[in-house]
Amino acid sequence: MKFPFSILAALLLSACSGATLRGTGDLGIVIERAGGSVAVIDSSARAILGRVEGLGDLSHASAVYSRDGRYAYVFGRDGGLSKVDLLRRRIARRIIQAGNSIGGAISQDGRLVAAQNYEPGGVKVFDAETLELLADIPATYGDGSRRSKVVGLADVPGNKFAYALFDAGEIWVADLSKPREPKVTKFLSIGSQPYDGLVTPDGRHYLAGLFGEDGIALVDLWKPEQGARKILASYGKGMEKLPVFKMPHLRGWAVAGGRVYLPAIGKHEVLVVDSATWQEVGRIPVKGQPVFVMARPDGRQIWVNFAFPDYSHIQVIDTLEQKVVQTFSPGKAVLHMEFTPRGENVWISARDDNRVLVYDTASFAKLAELPAQNPSGIFFTSRAARIGF
Amino acid sequence: MAHFPDWVLAALFLFLLAPAALLAADPSPGRARELVRMVRQDCGSCHGLTLKGGLGPPLLPDALREKPAESLRYTVLLGRPGTPMPPWNAFMTEAEADWIVRQLMAGFPEETR
Repeated sequence: MKFPFSILAALLLSACSGATLRGTGDLGIVIERAGGSVAVIDSSARAILGRVEGLGDLSHASAVYSRDGRYAYVFGRDGGLSKVDLLRRRIARRIIQAGNSIGGAISQDGRLVAAQNYEPGGVKVFDAETLELLADIPATYGDGSRRSKVVGLADVPGNKFAYALFDAGEIWVADLSKPREPKVTKFLSIGSQPYDGLVTPDGRHYLAGLFGEDGIALVDLWKPEQGARKILASYGKGMEKLPVFKMPHLRGWAVAGGRVYLPAIGKHEVLVVDSATWQEVGRIPVKGQPVFVMARPDGRQIWVNFAFPDYSHIQVIDTLEQKVVQTFSPGKAVLHMEFTPRGENVWISARDDNRVLVYDTASFAKLAELPAQNPSGIFFTSRAARIGF
Repeated sequence: MAHFPDWVLAALFLFLLAPAALLAADPSPGRARELVRMVRQDCGSCHGLTLKGGLGPPLLPDALREKPAESLRYTVLLGRPGTPMPPWNAFMTEAEADWIVRQLMAGFPEETR
């Protein structure tokens, strides 16, 4: 009588332990900003596997991944930091860490998660496992009584984080090799109103785009003693800026084939910079004010989306020809794009159509259309292995 | 006109003014939906979907209470030089900006689906 029971038990166990084993290398999430949920997506099946709810206010939410690609750390506008288990499709941990937050980063060793906050302005660093607070670095400036909003947070090698202070016009690099004793290097007077930042894929250069003046602040992290310098300082000289209805976003995806492709503020242009000399080598006219300027992982194409009111279009730049080769309108209010890890497909969120679209990047054919509620950011787990993501 | 009593003139005045006041009152339900969406989603990219602030300041009633509606209207329409706030006058009329300001000060409506 014992024998059938053990078989039954084994059967039950295998049924309970649930689905077949799988990796997470082709998984990702889509932020559904109105509903406070994320859709877990599979880029091989081109399908939504399920949803995780209860993540709070996800306007301008972003995510980074644990180095094993299993957990997404989702940073919500309301200061919520949620650790989402992609395999079990549930929240593993969640804290409210600030009043008003804008994003975050994960350290080189994967042990620290840092959040950049508007209110109270500063950076907080958490244990990636437990979300226990390890360091609180207020972004104080001037006489020390004021705190700046923090933008452009990026992980850099050496368990450091680089970021910019919007109100102060400073770049800070926080060394967290001893997580409870952060050491901050400050670069002062780097320019007016840095709005976002990026670190190059090799982790060497940190760039902060400036809103309050023309140009980009650049720090060589291998030679910090040289300080910050300004590049592209004259890109807008003598031209009237258009009103900016949405701040552009910068990230290391902008680098392709020895060139950096950057959104021009208040202009219908993509700026091209040689990453060896940091000189401007071209400007590519585009349909509207660029928001995301993203290189396909192989660097052959640059995909661009736009600010309101041109935000229903996408343009594709061929990097050999240095011009736009494709213009199309995948849906209303295109907020974000994300390439599959090797770039054969791109996933696009069309917020006002409540749809996520998948396109073939070689033929531009639409491959799939998936329902999502007011989708915004799309994040694949391949970010886990990239510096500056 | 001198022989009309004051109350007739007043009535006439009100009668002439009323349509203008009505026009300034509320956008059509369809347009109101568009404006609510624009404020929640597009203004929301800087001020937050819940309007509690972001790169831009909060737009909740508490935060706006001390501010004159007139200056808020012009901030919406013309932007604020020296800050990232852009002018929105290409996308709405003055009356619509007034309506948005009134809604913001009273507590902005949620989007309806």
